[in-house]
Amino acid sequence: MEPQDLAVARVERLSHRYGRTVALGDVTLAIPGGRLVGLIGPDGVGKSTLLAILAGARRVQAGRVRVLDGDITDARHRAAVCPQIAYMPQGLGRNLYSSLSVRENIDVFGRLFGQERPERDARIAELLAGTGLAPFADRPAGKLSGGMRQKLGLCCSLIHDPDLLILDEPTTGVDPLSRRQFWELIGRIRDRRRAMSVLVATAYMQEAERFDWLVAMNDGRVVATGSPDSLRRRNRAASVEAAFAAMLPPVARPFSQGPADPAPAPAGGRPIITARGLTRRFGDFTAVDRVSFEIMPGEIFGFVGSNGCGKTTTMKVLTGLLPPSEGEALLFGKPVAAGGIEARRRVGYMSQSFSLYGELTVRQNLALHARLFHLPADVRRARVAECIAQFDLARHVDQRAEDLPLGIRQRLALAVAVVHAPELLILDEPTSGVDPRARDRFWELLLDLARRQGVTIFVSTHFMGEAERCDRLALMDSGRVLAIDTPDGLVRSCGAATLEDAFVTHLEKAAASGAGPAPVEAAGDPPRETRQARISAWFSLRRLLACTVREALELARDRIRLAFAVLGSTFLMLVFGFGISTDVNSVAFAALDHDRSHESRAYLEGLRGSRYFVEKAPLSSFGDLERRLARGDIAAAIEIPPGFGRDLARGRPTAVAGWVDGARPFFAQTIRGYLSGVHRLYLSDPRRHSTQAAPYPQAQLDIRFKYNQDFDSIFAMVPAQIALQLALIPAIMMALAVVREKELGSITNLYVTPLTRLEFLLGKQLPYIALAMVNFAFMFLLAQVVFRVPLKGSAAALILGTLIYVTATTAYGMLISTFARTQIAALFGTAILTVLPATMFAGMLVPVSALTGMGRVLGRLFPMSYYLPVSLGTFTKGLGLADLAGSLAILAAFIPILTGAALLMMPRQES
Amino acid sequence: MTALANIFWLGTKELRSFLRDYVLLGLVVYSFSLAIIAQAQSSSQELRNAAIAIVDEDGSTLSRRITQAFLPPYFKAPVPIAERDIVPALNAGRYTFVLDIPPRFESDLLGRRPARLQLDVDATAMVQAGLGASYVQQIVADEVAGFVSRAGAAPTPTPVELIARIAFNPNAETGWFTSVMGILNSVTMLAIILAGAAVVRERERGTLEHLLVMPVTPFEIAMAKVWANGLVILVAVGLSLTLVVRGLLHVPISGSIPLFLAGTAAYLFFATSIGLFLGTVARSMPQLGLLYLLIYLPLAMLSGSNTPLESMPPWLATLLQASPTVHFVAFAQAILYRGAGFEAVWTRIVVVSGIGALFVAAAILRFRKATALS
Repeated sequence: MEPQDLAVARVERLSHRYGRTVALGDVTLAIPGGRLVGLIGPDGVGKSTLLAILAGARRVQAGRVRVLDGDITDARHRAAVCPQIAYMPQGLGRNLYSSLSVRENIDVFGRLFGQERPERDARIAELLAGTGLAPFADRPAGKLSGGMRQKLGLCCSLIHDPDLLILDEPTTGVDPLSRRQFWELIGRIRDRRRAMSVLVATAYMQEAERFDWLVAMNDGRVVATGSPDSLRRRNRAASVEAAFAAMLPPVARPFSQGPADPAPAPAGGRPIITARGLTRRFGDFTAVDRVSFEIMPGEIFGFVGSNGCGKTTTMKVLTGLLPPSEGEALLFGKPVAAGGIEARRRVGYMSQSFSLYGELTVRQNLALHARLFHLPADVRRARVAECIAQFDLARHVDQRAEDLPLGIRQRLALAVAVVHAPELLILDEPTSGVDPRARDRFWELLLDLARRQGVTIFVSTHFMGEAERCDRLALMDSGRVLAIDTPDGLVRSCGAATLEDAFVTHLEKAAASGAGPAPVEAAGDPPRETRQARISAWFSLRRLLACTVREALELARDRIRLAFAVLGSTFLMLVFGFGISTDVNSVAFAALDHDRSHESRAYLEGLRGSRYFVEKAPLSSFGDLERRLARGDIAAAIEIPPGFGRDLARGRPTAVAGWVDGARPFFAQTIRGYLSGVHRLYLSDPRRHSTQAAPYPQAQLDIRFKYNQDFDSIFAMVPAQIALQLALIPAIMMALAVVREKELGSITNLYVTPLTRLEFLLGKQLPYIALAMVNFAFMFLLAQVVFRVPLKGSAAALILGTLIYVTATTAYGMLISTFARTQIAALFGTAILTVLPATMFAGMLVPVSALTGMGRVLGRLFPMSYYLPVSLGTFTKGLGLADLAGSLAILAAFIPILTGAALLMMPRQES
Repeated sequence: MTALANIFWLGTKELRSFLRDYVLLGLVVYSFSLAIIAQAQSSSQELRNAAIAIVDEDGSTLSRRITQAFLPPYFKAPVPIAERDIVPALNAGRYTFVLDIPPRFESDLLGRRPARLQLDVDATAMVQAGLGASYVQQIVADEVAGFVSRAGAAPTPTPVELIARIAFNPNAETGWFTSVMGILNSVTMLAIILAGAAVVRERERGTLEHLLVMPVTPFEIAMAKVWANGLVILVAVGLSLTLVVRGLLHVPISGSIPLFLAGTAAYLFFATSIGLFLGTVARSMPQLGLLYLLIYLPLAMLSGSNTPLESMPPWLATLLQASPTVHFVAFAQAILYRGAGFEAVWTRIVVVSGIGALFVAAAILRFRKATALS
């Protein structure tokens, strides 16, 4: 039996939906093994969903899926076959780590597949040589061009010699030369490993011809399968693209003014845009390198090149968004910067991301832009109506932009860009992500604008099909313009058959002159004797450490995150240490002494001598007292009645009035307590008693403030702050670390490599535990040096307790990360879910012994309740390991519970 | 004129965006309603359910009277313990107070011999320790005085009495304080996050670039964000103060709410411009969040809304005079608690406006620079 005859994957009645959107509807398919299989169809028809399911990254909702002779829904089968599958998700390098270098990225994947260092090094060297990436081994993945990122993604996929290689749109947005090289590379890999099955999704119909077998998809369904040849024959079409179009149901076209007049643009006049030697650098990176061109009135001028070749930067310089580093940019004959507001009125701009306000409706978007261009009310209404009609938006006027399908959103973005009837339209990759039919329609609108309304259009694209429709083209690569001419002129001057060939010729010429990518060489067979035998599917320290190393590297390269992780808690402790104090000192008081006798002065002497009170200017009247209390000048006032001294001398009862500012109740109560204290002191003053009757029986209450004789809140606050900060920051950092991967897409690596959830979580946790201990050391120093809170108890107990505690708090962050979807939600969710129980239920402000009901229960469930006794106990109470054994034991019990809960909540696959 | 029109129309767009962002909308509603109620009902700044133990070595009528005088809601029922358990119990944090009544306490007192009791306080429980100690002192003094006069030991009446009243809040209800301070902290928190998120959102979606290629200046974009987000918060503050604080929590508000709102408006220029500033520094929402924590927490913690400046080190209190949040809290307390009028607070409002104007200018400069180089 030939290996080709075996199906590498079989899908039966597979359906998948996202909310109400059906991504796959009842798909049944058998994909033959050992071949190059292509998935073709426009964007959003379910190709990516199908591939993710086959790779085991996405959960099967309904239907049966067998991959490599086993049920992919079976976790054991997935674990067994995942070392044989490699998956490269859509979006160039979405599963790569952009701050890691090329070599580090491949190395991470090697570790995840359990390879030892010599084997990894050998394979990496071989892959880098094979893909021409060797000269860029130390460059961060985020700074690679689209073509290089795609090759790196391929290296990462190939490091473990998969039997099934799944590539989701690997060539989208990549320049034609890189695309060509990519297919050559795939071809060589397949030559070497005939048994390997390769499954590729693509939106470029021209690529369809090179596959052995095709799956044509539309609208969540498979419309046809078979070899390109059989598809062509069945539909009597010259190309697969035409065959595909023939298979689709005809679409209604409400908008049709027929093709616009294709007559070339009227030449002559002054150029609308002139660029001379335009250069733009970011640091040591040159994004645009000595670019010169002119755009004449009424022409459609195209910029063609790969993602990241400098198209967008050039456009930004020409719109005035970026100043050029060198050279000259003229708009309507004037320098861009000098043109200012006036020039902007004559320009319309549409960016890659469409730049619409998603929350506004179609009409609101149009009206807002018209207003910002200060169209008079009647003109505005007329233009909005015109645009709605011209761009066929009538059915959607009251829909919000974010709810529109991509194609319609794109038309709206164009309408918004032309609502003020500009003379020049600058469009930056206006058709990215839009399906071919919507794209055709969009170009009809552009032609109409240019030919009928005389608008000059400057457009960038990476689609050759679009480039052919421009009047003139500039081919761009690595920040330089390689050639400028009409499409025909470019093809003819190179003697090429197509525009794409012409572009490739130019790229090769540029590469030959030295700056381009290195030539690709064939490589030998990699060592492949020992694979998989030694990898445990369930737990491997090597994979765990791979996560640790990667996390540490990434963190070290993210300055804001690192600074926050290292210094955040120290800074916040300083703030909180000074900011929360329950000490009431230097209470400002003033006296309203109506008596002014020796006795009244003697009474006030008590207050003046107290360290708690500071006297302010005396009060003149009761009105003065009220006013100054209201203004906050004084916090307390004493009013001594007229005849106070006389009454006292005669032994007649008299009363002194004390007024306390009640704006801050806690302080008011404390101040009232101080006043009573001073008053009691006055009553028991022996000097006073000499003139009085003998004292009546009185009890003396001796108050001993244990652990903190001066009753200075810093001794309680500093240990509590250490506990709070170690709960807050490590939990936030941990939650962010996990959710970041979800948001950036690298979480896919967890789903499709042998990495288990436990290894993933623990591996990521280790660096944060280490950082938390560093933070603890800083805070400990701060306590000693700045706050002067000495450690009275056992250092060993404190350090051990802290280590257990930060392990538990990072696990708490881990648990929160399992249900947070975005980083910002993880951040605020963790902050709220930490600060609330920490300040209210864990004993920081209210002692645990005073908690009742729900608060008591919540407090018991929060690790800080058990660390606070350790921190307070060792710092302030002078306790040792034996006294704290109970708290430490409970604290330790949190670790397996929290980690276990996080493991259970963490999905094995994307849903 | 065109600038004003631009600022106005851009601002209406901000308002629409805000109203559609349910997460932020929810955050605003929560911060000015449930969060305020929760803070008003928290007992973190008062004596509630304090745990007390009593070592009664006297076993007399008086000692029993004293024991029975510790009542909820201030104290939990006192727990009788033995003298040797005092230290372990305090070490473990089981009780905050332990009152030791020695043998022959009652007879010493009646015999006019020195009679002493001892109160051990766990001073690591800061709020309760201080307040509770003075409560215990008062309770013991009252019980002793009552007992002595009933026993006919014929005391001379106290010739001088201290009648101490707490102005503006006679029962020292914490909820009056924490609810309004909660509003002030929410103002700072939301002004920063709303304005910051408004900038980062436009950056992430690319709409900021789009605005900058239109005949709109960065100044107009920034001012639109300031007024729109400021207005949202101002309305929320007004509603929260009248409906939640006065209506639901029955906190009397002495001063003029319009005066307070005018002052808040001045403060919002400062707070939103901080948000704009952070929005230009942060590259993404998570970065904004981290920066925000580092700015908001110090502003709020060191504003006097938790701990008065008098309790901070003098150098810090002096330094904090430069923080508009400090003045905001000060004039808010003066107006809302003490009924102070314009003449008492105008200087602070002027300071807030002055510093606010500086920050708006700085934020706009930074905004222009950041947008020019993006």
